[in-house]
Formats: sequence, C-alpha cells, structure tokens
Amino acid sequence: MSKKVAFLQGNEAAAYGALYAGCDFFAGYPITPSTEVSEVLSAELPKTGGKFLQMEDEIAAMAAILGASLAGAKVLTSTSGPGLSLKQELIGYGCIAEIPCVVYNVMRGGPSTGMPTGPSQSDVMCAKWGTHGDHPAICLVPASVQETYEEVIRAFNLSEKYRTPVMVMPDEIVAHMRERIVFPEPGEVEVVPRKSPTVPPEQYKPYDTSFGDVPPLAAFGSGYKFHVTGLNKMQDGFPTTKAEIVQAEEERQVRKVDANIDDIVTFEEYLLDDADVVVVAYGSTSRSARYAVNVAREQGIKAGMFRIKTFWPFPDKQIKALAGKVKGIVIPEMNLGMCSLELERCAQGKVPVLGIFRVDGEPINPDQILAKIKEVK
Amino acid sequence: MAFDYDKWLRPGKLPHIWCPGCGHGIVMKGLIRAMDTLKLKKEETAIVSGIGCASRLPGYIDCCTLHTAHGRAAAFATGVKMAKPEMNVILVGGDGDGTAIGGNHFIHACRRNINMTYIIMNNYIYGMTGGQFSPCTPTGHKASTTPYGNPDPGFDIAKLAIGAGATFVARGTAFHANQIDKLIAEAIQHKGFSVVEILDDCPTTYGRRNKYKSVIEMMNRLKDVAVPVKAAEKMTAEQLQGKILTGVLYKEEKPEYIEEYAKVIERAKAAK
Repeated sequence: MSKKVAFLQGNEAAAYGALYAGCDFFAGYPITPSTEVSEVLSAELPKTGGKFLQMEDEIAAMAAILGASLAGAKVLTSTSGPGLSLKQELIGYGCIAEIPCVVYNVMRGGPSTGMPTGPSQSDVMCAKWGTHGDHPAICLVPASVQETYEEVIRAFNLSEKYRTPVMVMPDEIVAHMRERIVFPEPGEVEVVPRKSPTVPPEQYKPYDTSFGDVPPLAAFGSGYKFHVTGLNKMQDGFPTTKAEIVQAEEERQVRKVDANIDDIVTFEEYLLDDADVVVVAYGSTSRSARYAVNVAREQGIKAGMFRIKTFWPFPDKQIKALAGKVKGIVIPEMNLGMCSLELERCAQGKVPVLGIFRVDGEPINPDQILAKIKEVK
Repeated sequence: MAFDYDKWLRPGKLPHIWCPGCGHGIVMKGLIRAMDTLKLKKEETAIVSGIGCASRLPGYIDCCTLHTAHGRAAAFATGVKMAKPEMNVILVGGDGDGTAIGGNHFIHACRRNINMTYIIMNNYIYGMTGGQFSPCTPTGHKASTTPYGNPDPGFDIAKLAIGAGATFVARGTAFHANQIDKLIAEAIQHKGFSVVEILDDCPTTYGRRNKYKSVIEMMNRLKDVAVPVKAAEKMTAEQLQGKILTGVLYKEEKPEYIEEYAKVIERAKAAK
C-alpha cells in the first residue's frame, strides 16, 4: 500500500505531526507567522473529541496547556517571537513543576514586533535563557516540512519521557514553505506514553525520585490527589526552602536532560569525513549551506556540513571533535551570532569560527556561504 | 456535633501561613463546609490558585491542588476543566492576583461562562509582599506604596464579573462566616462561571496603616457596611450610602462553555 502524501507548509505539517503524536489539547493565541497551526488544529482536534482553545493572550495559552497536561492531556501551543517572550514565565513553571508540553515557536524578526513576516533564527538563545532561573532546555530546529512533522512528534516524545517543556523552533521560511510530505502509517513512528504511577494513590508523590530522575506523573481526576506549585518543592510536591532539598531538586531537573544528551541530541553529518572546512547550519539556512558545500566540492574545496537538528542541548561533544579536525568553522545564521557563540565555546580557540549574520529578513544565500568557506585558510 | 474539618485538611500541613486576625481561614472553612455539603469527591475536585496569601489555601486542602503563577489561576483552571470536564474546578485567590495581574484571565473566564467557581478574597491590599495598594484599595487609603493616600479608584469586583459575563455573582464577608459556605455551595451548583467575592481583612498590612485599632474593629466594619440584597430593596439611596450589598447579586442561565464545545465536537464529527 502506498503511503499518504501531501503538499504542505511547515506549520500545517506541525499540526499533523502533533495529531500523530496523540495531541488532544491545543491552546494558542493568533500570531504571525504561526497561526496556521491553530487553524488546522481548530478543524482537526474536535473531530476526535480533542479540545482547541483560543485564549485571551499568549500567557493564558501557555497556562491552559499546562493545566490540561496536568489533567492528563497531550498538549501543544504555537507562537512566535513576542509570544515566546510572553510565555517565558510559564515555560519556567513547566520546567520546575515538571509538566510535559510542547511549545512550537516560529522564528521571525525581532526584538519586539520586529518583522512579523520575515524569517530569523534569533530566538535560539531565548529557548534556553528566556525564562529565569536554572532549568532544563530542549529545543529542536527542523529544516524541512517533513522534518517539522517528525520533530513535532519527537518533541512530544521527549516532553513525556523527560517530563519537561520541549520547544520546536522552525524559522519562518521552514514554517511557510510548501513541500511534499510523506505521512507515516499509524504505529510506524514510536509515540512515547507518559509514565504513570504504579503505586496506589495514598503512596503517590509527584516528584518521587525513588523512580529515578523522571518520576511518574499522575493525572488530576484519575484517582490521585496531589499538590503542584511553582515554588521549589519537596518530593511530595509541597514547597520547601530547605537548602539541601532545593539544591538536589534543582540539580535533578537539569540532570534529566544533561545526563541524557546522547538520547536527545540529533544532527546530520554531510561530507564531513575528509572535510577541511565545516559549515555548521540549522533550519532553512542549512539548505543554502548544503548547496554551497556542493559547489565548493565541485571547485575542489573539501567542505562539509554539520547540520544541527537539536539546538538544545547543544551538540558540544560533536563540535569539540570537529574543532580538532578541521581548519575552520563557518556559521551562517539569521541573527547576529547566537550559535556562533556556542561554536566558539566548543572550539576553545582551536579553529577560527567565521560567521555570516543576517537580520534583514532575507535568507542567507549559497554565494555568501561559499565566499566565507573560501576565507578559511 | 462540631463539624469535622480535619477530613478535608491535609495532615501535617498546618499551621497555615496567615496572620492572626486574617479572614482567609474563615473563607477556607466556608469552602470546606460547602464541599462537604455538596459531597464533592476529593479526587474529582481541583482547587487552583495564583500567588499571594489567599493563593496558599489549596495547599491545606486534601484535593487535587494547583498553586500556579501570579494571576494565572483562571487560565490554568480553564485547561484543567476543558481536559477533564467531569472535575469540579474551584479557583481561589486575592484581589491583586485576580483583578490586576490576572485581570485579563478573570474577565475572559467570565465571558466564556465555563463551569467553574472563583472565590476572590478581597482584603484591599497586596498582603504577601507587605501591603502595596491593589486595584481594590479604596481611594485615599494608605498602603506601603501610597504613603500620601491612594490616588486610584478601586474596582467593584462583582460589577466587573457581571459586566464581563459571569452568570452567578455573590458577595459575602469574613464576618458573616455562616453565609460563606452557602454562597459557595450555590455558586458551585450553578452551571456556568460563578464568582464569589468575600470581603476580607488584612490587619497586618492594611489595617494598621489605615487607623484600624484592632481586628475586631475591622470585623465590625464588615458587619456594619454589609447589607443583604433583600434588605436593600426596602432601603432608600440615602440609607444605602456607604453600604455594600451582600448575598447573591446576580444569577442567569446562559450557554455554558463545556456544553457549547461539546456541540463543536458534534459538528466537527458530522463534517468529517
């Protein structure tokens, strides 16, 4: 049997990916350039009894998905730049209270209202450092319509597996371009269920580390009574200021991700085996980078590409290894040097990191990247 | 026989954080009696709050309890209720939490008329942070951030709720303790978004700055200003000057959000 195919834009693919992952609750607020996610899900979710809510603001949308997730739903919200800024406090709430949820953020020009219809990649730092306090961060940066579909499914899986908010952040080009997409059959792609408690309600603690760094989460209304707060908490969910408990709990929350980097971090290596120059790229920029690398090869330059698919946690190990092998790293990105800073951190001065930074709402073209590749001596 | 509050309270979580003379405990007891009267099941009842003294209430009650971020209780609660419509969802919080930082969520929860009950403890002040003026602090009164008297006019929470579309609005006071459970019980039974404002007191951060000599004086004020709606019908405008109406102020039947969304699901399934 041939698989179902369609011609979709990234935002539409994200909505269908969410449905494949079992999303049954969406809350959002209209914002360019991500609104198509809301439009598709407002039509599709109720067909299977799911709930679609258009809330009064971005903050309310984030709050509603967290509340629904605690009541057992698989939840998604979608937004863009200014909306991501507004949601940050409650993304932190999701981190400390350890509530699975997926935040889909289309990167447009910023700061503030910026360029609502122009592409950018300037939210990648906001994905990790936007909410205050120490917390885990997972952020996926798809580069095609097919990958947006797949990465939204993976985001749901990671959020359930690690009991933490996960962000999917395509740039506006990926979100709005149309491509052929092949839908997987039901059951073909793994969908990770939430770890439910195995103990009876009277023994249940929502942050019981005897079950490991990711304790099972019961749903409100499933027979379990428990307390959830945004304050630093003990294993039973009640607030505490006891130094040793706060320290241990904070470290555990971050460790959930840090100790599982190899399970979370994904990337693509393109023509890297003999490469002298590596272009590190992500999102739509990687499509120009691939073209530039191909042209460079035709011209006899040993260029390759390391494509970041998981921006957070950052692929430190892989970049450090590359820095010991190549003569230079080229980083094209639609911001003024965000990934570049991470690459410099990982390169530890061993090789130069050459940036191509555009914030004018125009994509970075292959010629620019090729010229920079040629600067590596 | 004395009412057994303990069966609703979480063991080991008392004493509460509230100051001597604060009315929040009186409201909590009223809520417990209301839930007991209605025989609500603890496992099927969610109590959701924001931030502030009043918002600490859920931690003491043995239900599904959610202490959210400042002002966001109504939005979190909307998510809980939509995901699990069979649950009883009760919101609690203070006047600053509900009408300032949470004002937008409050009016939109009223507008949707979603079947939840919101208990607002109005003590006219931000108590937890030390007594800054709230949108309910009376004009001219003193707070830690209005040392020369408050220039702001205050909200009438009940009017705000009615104007925004809430279909059940009641007001009680911490002095009229025996009325609180009845108002809350009627609110919970009402189908739609119900708001119960309880006029409360904060002797620590509001009373002492505004020349109340004692908690008793603050309680007596609540007793003196409150006029039941029935009694008010027979009073002149002059007699009602400076008084505050208590009891069920507004009630109407309107389409409820969960039921309306069920119709959306039906229409979507039919269109498949």
